[in-house]
Amino acid sequence: MKLSTLLRHLREGFKNIIRNGWMSFASISSIFFSLFLLGVFVLLALNINSMASNIESQVQIRVYLQTDIDQQKANQLENKIRKLSDVSKVEFVSKEKGLELLRKNLGKDGDALLDGYDQASNPLPDSFTVEVFDPQNIAATASQITALNNGDETKPITSVKYGQGTVEKMFKITNAIRNIGLIVVIGLGVTAMFLISTTIKMTILARRREIGIMKLVGATNSFIRWPFFVEGALIGIVASGITTVVVLMAYSELVRLNEVELGLLMIKLIPVADCGWKIATLLIGLGSLLGVWGSVISVRKYLKV
Amino acid sequence: MLIEMQDIWKTYTDGTHALRGVSVRIDRNEFVYLVGPSGAGKSTFMKLIYREEVPTKGQLSVNGFNIGKLKPRKIPYVRRNIGVIFQDFRLLPKLTVYENVAFAMEVIEAPRRLIKKRTMEVLDLVGLKHKHASLPAQLSGGEQQRVAIARAIVNNPTVIVADEPTGNLDPETSWGIMNLLEEINFRGATIVMATHNKEIVNTMRKRVIAIENGNIARDEARGEYGYET
Repeated sequence: MKLSTLLRHLREGFKNIIRNGWMSFASISSIFFSLFLLGVFVLLALNINSMASNIESQVQIRVYLQTDIDQQKANQLENKIRKLSDVSKVEFVSKEKGLELLRKNLGKDGDALLDGYDQASNPLPDSFTVEVFDPQNIAATASQITALNNGDETKPITSVKYGQGTVEKMFKITNAIRNIGLIVVIGLGVTAMFLISTTIKMTILARRREIGIMKLVGATNSFIRWPFFVEGALIGIVASGITTVVVLMAYSELVRLNEVELGLLMIKLIPVADCGWKIATLLIGLGSLLGVWGSVISVRKYLKV
Repeated sequence: MLIEMQDIWKTYTDGTHALRGVSVRIDRNEFVYLVGPSGAGKSTFMKLIYREEVPTKGQLSVNGFNIGKLKPRKIPYVRRNIGVIFQDFRLLPKLTVYENVAFAMEVIEAPRRLIKKRTMEVLDLVGLKHKHASLPAQLSGGEQQRVAIARAIVNNPTVIVADEPTGNLDPETSWGIMNLLEEINFRGATIVMATHNKEIVNTMRKRVIAIENGNIARDEARGEYGYET
C-alpha cells in the first residue's frame, strides 16, 4: 500500500467519525456503558480478591514442641521446617515469649488466670510459628511438618495446629466469592458484546449504500475495509479512554473518602497506583478490540458480491 | 469488440428468466439505447455488463474480460473501466460534490495532485465547478445527476452504463443531461443507456436495442423508441 493511500485511510476514518456524528456517538456511548460496568466490577473483584488473600495470608501453622526439648534439637527442627517447599517464614517462639503473648492477648481477664505463673513455673511449650506461600495448601504443609516426627523416637513435635476445619471453611467462602466475581465479569463482558453488536447492526444499515457505491466505482475490498477499521479503532480508543478516566477518577475518590470508615472494618481498598494500570490496559485494550471487531463485522457482510 | 454477449441466459434464484438467450455485439464508441417494457430485462442486461450479476449461461466479454469466469478479486479492476449512472443518482449524502467525484479516483490510488486537477476538470465539464463544496442535498435533481456523471467519467472509462438517467428529471433538465452524455460519447466513451423517454430516443436517432421478455426484439442502427407512452 502506498503511503499516500495509508494517510488517506487514516484521514477518511477520522472524517467518518465526524460525518456519522450520531452513529459515532451511539457506538461510543454503548462501548462506554459496557466498559464502565465491566470496569466497576473488575475493581470490585480485584478488591474482593485482595481482601480474601489478605485474610488467607493471616493463616499460620503453630508447631508445639515437647516442654523439655533442648535448644539444639529445636534449631535442627527449625532448619528442617524451613527446607519444606511451601514454607515462607519460620519464627521460634520460646515458652517465655509464649507466656508474654498469652498475657497480652487475654488482657485484664487473664491476669487472675495467669497469676502465679512465672519463668520457673511456665507451663507452655516452645513453639514455631510457620507461614506458608500458598495458604490453600496449608493442610499438606502441616502434615509434612507432623511427618518430621517419623524416624525420631523422641517425637519432639507434640502437635501441629492451623485451625483445622475453620480454615477449610474460610477457603470455601473466599473461593466462592472469587468465582462469583469472575462469573459476573465474564457475564458483563458478554453483555457488552451484545450491546455493541446491536449498535453495529444499526450502523450496517446506514453504511450499506456507501459500501455499495464504493464497490461500484471499483474499490477493492481492502480499500473499503481500511477506513472502517481506522474508524472502529478510533471509536474504541476514545470510548475506552473516557471510560478509564471516569472509572479511575471515581475510584480514587472512593478510596479517599472511605479510607477512615472502611479502615475501621479492617477493609483496605487497593490504592489506585496499584490497580490503575491494570484497569487502563484492560479497558483500553478491550475497547479498541471491540471497536475494530464491530467495524470489521459490519463491513464484511457487504463485501461479498 | 467492446461488449459481446453470446446466448446469454440469466435466471434469478426465484426462477425468473430475466434474459433468454441474448446475443449482441457493441463496438467501441457506440451510443446504444436500451428500450422495452418494464421488467423486460433491461436492468439485468446492464448489471451483467458491470458484473453486478453473473450470467447463468452463455459467454459475456467486456473490455476483453470474461465476465462469467471473473475471479471476485478482479471485479474492482473491471469496474474501473466502466462508469455507472442510475436514475436515483446514488451520491454519498455526507460528502461534498468534490469529495463524491474525487472518491472514484482515490479508489484507484491516483496521486493527490492529479485527483484535484482531474476532479475540477470534470466538474467544469458538467458545469458544476462553482458548486464543488456543496452537499448533494443542496443541489437540484439535474445537478445531482451531473455530479453522478462526473463521478462516472472521472477515471476515463471505456463504457458508460446509464440506467434511466433522466427518469427522475423534467424534460428540460433531461436534455441537458443528454447533451452531456453525447459530449462524453463524442470524446470516445461507449454509452449504453436504458430509457423510457420516447422523445429523446426519437430525436437523437442512435442505435436502439429493444428487449422484450428477455429476448432482443429489435436492433436498429438509427432506431426509434417504438412503443406507445
